[in-house]
Amino acid sequence: MSDVSLTALTAQVFTGLVLGGILVLLAIGLSLIFGLMTVVNFAHGSFYMLGAYVAFSVLGLTKSFWATLVLAPLVVGSLGFLVERFLIRRLYGRSPDDPLLLTFGLSLAMVEGVKLLWGKIGLTVDPPKQLAAAVDLGFMNFPIYRLFVIAVTAAVLVALWVFLAKTNVGLIIRAGSRDALMVRALGLNLNRVWLLVFGIGIGMAGLAGVLAGPMRGVYAEMGVEIIIDCFVVVVVGGMGSLAGAIVAGLLIGEIVSLTTFFAPRLAEIVVFVVMAVVLLVRPSGLFGEAGLAE
Amino acid sequence: MHRREFLTTATAGATLVVFPAVLRAQSKEPIRIGFPLPLTGTFAAIAADMQKGAQLAMEELNAKGGAMGRKIEVLFRDDELKPAVGAQRTKELIENQKVDFVVGGLAAHVQMAINEQTKAAKKLYISVSQSDEISAKPDTSPLTFHEALNPTITSRAMATYGMQNLGKKWWIVYADYAWGKQNNAVFTAAITKLGGTILGSTPYPLGKPEFSAHLPKIQAAKPDVIYAVTPGADNVPFLKQAISFGLKKDAKIAQPLHFLYYTKEGGAEVFQDIYGATHFCHELAETLPQAKRYVEAFTKQFKMPPDAYSGYGYNGIMEVARGVELAKSTESDAVANALRKNREYDHYKGKQWWRACDNKSFQDLWILKVRSPQQVKGEWGLFDVIGKVVANEELDRTCAEKGFA
Repeated sequence: MSDVSLTALTAQVFTGLVLGGILVLLAIGLSLIFGLMTVVNFAHGSFYMLGAYVAFSVLGLTKSFWATLVLAPLVVGSLGFLVERFLIRRLYGRSPDDPLLLTFGLSLAMVEGVKLLWGKIGLTVDPPKQLAAAVDLGFMNFPIYRLFVIAVTAAVLVALWVFLAKTNVGLIIRAGSRDALMVRALGLNLNRVWLLVFGIGIGMAGLAGVLAGPMRGVYAEMGVEIIIDCFVVVVVGGMGSLAGAIVAGLLIGEIVSLTTFFAPRLAEIVVFVVMAVVLLVRPSGLFGEAGLAE
Repeated sequence: MHRREFLTTATAGATLVVFPAVLRAQSKEPIRIGFPLPLTGTFAAIAADMQKGAQLAMEELNAKGGAMGRKIEVLFRDDELKPAVGAQRTKELIENQKVDFVVGGLAAHVQMAINEQTKAAKKLYISVSQSDEISAKPDTSPLTFHEALNPTITSRAMATYGMQNLGKKWWIVYADYAWGKQNNAVFTAAITKLGGTILGSTPYPLGKPEFSAHLPKIQAAKPDVIYAVTPGADNVPFLKQAISFGLKKDAKIAQPLHFLYYTKEGGAEVFQDIYGATHFCHELAETLPQAKRYVEAFTKQFKMPPDAYSGYGYNGIMEVARGVELAKSTESDAVANALRKNREYDHYKGKQWWRACDNKSFQDLWILKVRSPQQVKGEWGLFDVIGKVVANEELDRTCAEKGFA
């Protein structure tokens, strides 16, 4: 490539931040659910897709992007509650394959269901007028909406950290992920905690979908595509590790962005190469604890 | 014989005596045409339009008694935009549904898979979407017809128009699959030959509409024009992202093809002043009587004007029927020979013809520019027709270049 200036690379790092941000929002939920419940939620991408579709409809009803940004993840999160309460809960204590198969089936059903409800043809969502323009950052023109996505991701992460580290419920969640039996023995109702965690994780996937819609459009296959990248992030970061999900999500975003700059055709493959290398060198992932899934 | 069987037989017998003509017409099996197309996936909207065109052709033909006095029946199947599924559906159509002919395929890579099946089963296949390879050796066959334009014709036409009117320095963004790669290759060659420069070209995976990582580099290169080979549902996200990065202010944008439905979905604000080619748009009704008839029939039936690819679907079915009538046969060989002998046809937008060597259809194409939001006429009047490229075999590769001695 001819023009590998510092400006060009800075621009590339900035775009990578947004790609990574969306992945982080998804991977955190995936990792949280796995860490606490040992459920590999294959339907996570489908809830991301559902978030984008629900946002389309809520936006149509409320005409307000800001209301949509709050309401759509709540709707999707509530669906998460229902899925945990009536489907996944029945499978606790059985082999980890069972919830995996259940959520895999669920993801297929959701893609078809969305096509029935919203049609087979993709939809478009516009960002709000205030965020539609580009801003000159000195080294490049950057869309304000993408800066907004970075800001929302950061805000959600801070809120989640406060919730997990500073509240009593957060304490129970962290304890439950260490030793569920012990927490039960202390007389705490873990069922409610699991319900909450699943709902939060799914709600965050929904939020990622709401944020992605105005950038990438809304289409039924969007969840199936992104779930692969999310699993890569979770595996690279370490299954169940929240810090791992954040670091690996941003890392994968940056790697994709920089590879796109130097060799666009390799951008699709390079994430798997990274995963393979991490698995070889550190099988439990960058931040993972060995034996978590056993 | 039981009483019920007796009654059935007797009734049938009576019908035979009373309505011989009706029975004879019904006893003729319909002519069955298999039609695989991607009703789901990135090209779903185009496929829906193409299906409507084929359906309209079927209904118009059947209203006039079908072909050879037999009804036309078109069997649509979703190929999911996957070559393997396209092959499987085609095989199923041929073996289980006993279709006489196959029309369809709406992607350069899927139509190759369909073509392999029709070649093996020795069935006539009219491909109705773009591909350079489908009408060239070694992939084509005497039973393979190609109704659509191809990347060579489209990108040569756009390069010629673009070099004269839009600028000399270009950047290409293209979907990394057969059609995108073919357009990239042809466009690069054509621009270079005409004295222009390709500053760079970026592939991205089809159906993964996240372009942000490509855009800073394009911005830094400062091209006069961006050639966006971003088909189907990738079209709108690409333009929106390019605009959000401020690229549309700095460069003009052209694309090989314009689609009415995507342009409408994205809106004139996004698509304003984007250039592209097409083999058909409903605005042609203003100047061509054949197009006027087609647009009116389509709009009456489907409550919206046709997009471009409905025309391919329409022509595919019409040409099968014309071939059957000419050959007085449903044998694929006979129909193919009849079409090659009677090369010219005109179903909805002016004269077209099959080239003898490669069964490739030649047809007029037009250059379009999208109107500004203020100029849009009514709900659907998004395009200004700003140029016409008259059908010309020289726009495609020659028979020799395509492997025909």
